[in-house]
Amino acid sequence: MPENQNFNPEDGLQMSKVRAGKVSKYKIDHYVAPLEETPLQAVDSVKETGKPLSMWAEAWRSLRKQPLFIISAIMILAVIVVAAFPQLFTSIDPNGQNACQLEYSNEPGRPGHIMGFNLQGCDVYARVIYGTRASLLVGVFTTLIVVILGGALGALAGFYGGWIDAILARLGDIFFALPLILGAIIVMQLPAFRENRSVWTVIVTLAIFGWPQLARITRGAVIEARDADYVKASRALGLSKFKSLVKHVLPNSLAPIIVVATVNLGVYIVAEATLSFLGVGLPGEVMSWGNDISLAQQQLRSNPMMLMWPALFLSVTVLSFIMLGDAVRDALDPKARKGA
Amino acid sequence: MLSFMLKRIAQLIPVFIGATLLVYFLVFATPGNPIEALSGGKPMSDATRAALEAQYNLDKPFWVQYGLYLKNLLTFDLGTSFSGQEVSAMLGRAFPVTARLAILALLIEGIFGIIFGVIAGMRKGKWFDSTILIASLIVIAVPTFVLGFVLQFVVGVKLDLVKPTVSGSATWGELFLPALVLGLVSLAYVVRLTRTSVIENKSADFVRTATAKGLSRRRVITVHILRNSLIPVVTFLGADLGGLMGGAIVTEGIFNVPGVGHLLYQAIQKGETPTVVAVVGVLVIVFVVANLVVDMLYALLDPRIRYA
Repeated sequence: MPENQNFNPEDGLQMSKVRAGKVSKYKIDHYVAPLEETPLQAVDSVKETGKPLSMWAEAWRSLRKQPLFIISAIMILAVIVVAAFPQLFTSIDPNGQNACQLEYSNEPGRPGHIMGFNLQGCDVYARVIYGTRASLLVGVFTTLIVVILGGALGALAGFYGGWIDAILARLGDIFFALPLILGAIIVMQLPAFRENRSVWTVIVTLAIFGWPQLARITRGAVIEARDADYVKASRALGLSKFKSLVKHVLPNSLAPIIVVATVNLGVYIVAEATLSFLGVGLPGEVMSWGNDISLAQQQLRSNPMMLMWPALFLSVTVLSFIMLGDAVRDALDPKARKGA
Repeated sequence: MLSFMLKRIAQLIPVFIGATLLVYFLVFATPGNPIEALSGGKPMSDATRAALEAQYNLDKPFWVQYGLYLKNLLTFDLGTSFSGQEVSAMLGRAFPVTARLAILALLIEGIFGIIFGVIAGMRKGKWFDSTILIASLIVIAVPTFVLGFVLQFVVGVKLDLVKPTVSGSATWGELFLPALVLGLVSLAYVVRLTRTSVIENKSADFVRTATAKGLSRRRVITVHILRNSLIPVVTFLGADLGGLMGGAIVTEGIFNVPGVGHLLYQAIQKGETPTVVAVVGVLVIVFVVANLVVDMLYALLDPRIRYA
């Protein structure tokens, strides 16, 4: 019976691969060409010197050569630097005393203020630069919480099975039936959240509805790895069950988790912007792309560029994380690397 | 097949109870005494307040309130909103609008997504494929509400091709642009899924056999490759229906569509427990039923999948 309570594009793909009989239950580390197709000299001339590269080293080697990875990595580094040191990129402090001057309200760009001014006469470029931090914080910390919480619960459920697994599956069903934005709106209305609205409440809210997806993916990956020979061998050598989970199963289940987490980082940034746009996300005084887009939307007909700039920065950042996820997926999946 | 369906429907019950309980609890804990919202902040005598609290069961503990709600639900009584409207009547007005919106969005993403995905997959590495890949990445990265505003501004205001907002009757024609915005992100996912799936299948043995026995390219693509590539796509579309209903909150806000999302957003802000829980309950049912339909479709697409 196919289980499809949640959506995960990999599941579907995985399923079709299994149907075509292409995926083996065990990881194939060394490809041995069938004898009848290969001349004997070729078989004999296989180099045996050197330790075989680990999955990670091999993935890193193929990553370094990928333009997609290089571009997205550079863009993400740039975004991190902007978030950490916004004062390096603009001399205007948008929180300062004279940052906004009403006489410049809605004026177009000019030298020194390339992106123009918003309704309050604040420099749009400075706001966009200073707004990077909030968006990135939400993305990074939501992802961290989701990976730690969802990863731990998913690993326990997949490895031990039984009642933990059953409870987690039902809990996951409930959370999946509630769309992320919908659940987040409701949680953000709770007194504890509404009165302390900040970057951190948004992070917690998104994490509450984000962890079940990661728990499912981890669970699947752990189930695939837990019956492998190297795990059995480690148990036979006297390693405790929990230690074999931490030392052997988890490191071999990391690939899909990393891919999904990277892509989701972008999704959380978009979710924060959507919540701020709906008026239940970050408080108005926090400078963020979502808040700026929300403000600009009211002036869309008179000053459309004011919406375009924060939207552009946000989209490029999200795009970088999605591209990074794509590149990492290709690198970690040797079958894809050879070109389908 | 029948026992499988019954089993799935039985699975629906704990999910439904869990989700409504969760939402009921969250909205229950939300501040702002609804009675005060009802009186508009004006002073009210204690007797009136007590009578109103009794009317909406607000004087009872949480579990009793939820129990009463479930009991009423079994008799198809969804309760009344604090403004005195029957929730079922409000839902009856709003639901068909959102259903039209979601069906249109699903059609757009299904039809265009599969067509573009098949063409891109069959011409892997050519310009059409690369364009589709880049375009889909961009669509995924831009937030839906930005896409919504930009399309509304460009198509609705500047070019004046369609009305930028939707009227109370929300006809199919008026809903096309909102549906496009709602479905665009999923469209990008459908294209990419279909493309990957087609690339995987086009070198399969059965495709070679079909070509070898002299079938036309058209028939090989539509019957042999496409049918075998549809399972992940159908899975996605089924799971996406629930997401579309949730995404409707944003889209309906932008285009002023009088649908479920609009109703829900207002009810959440007013703390109207019966309305919020009723709407979320309907969304949960739609989501689970859509997944059930997907499971049925599996057997149709791939006769090797049987439900014993």
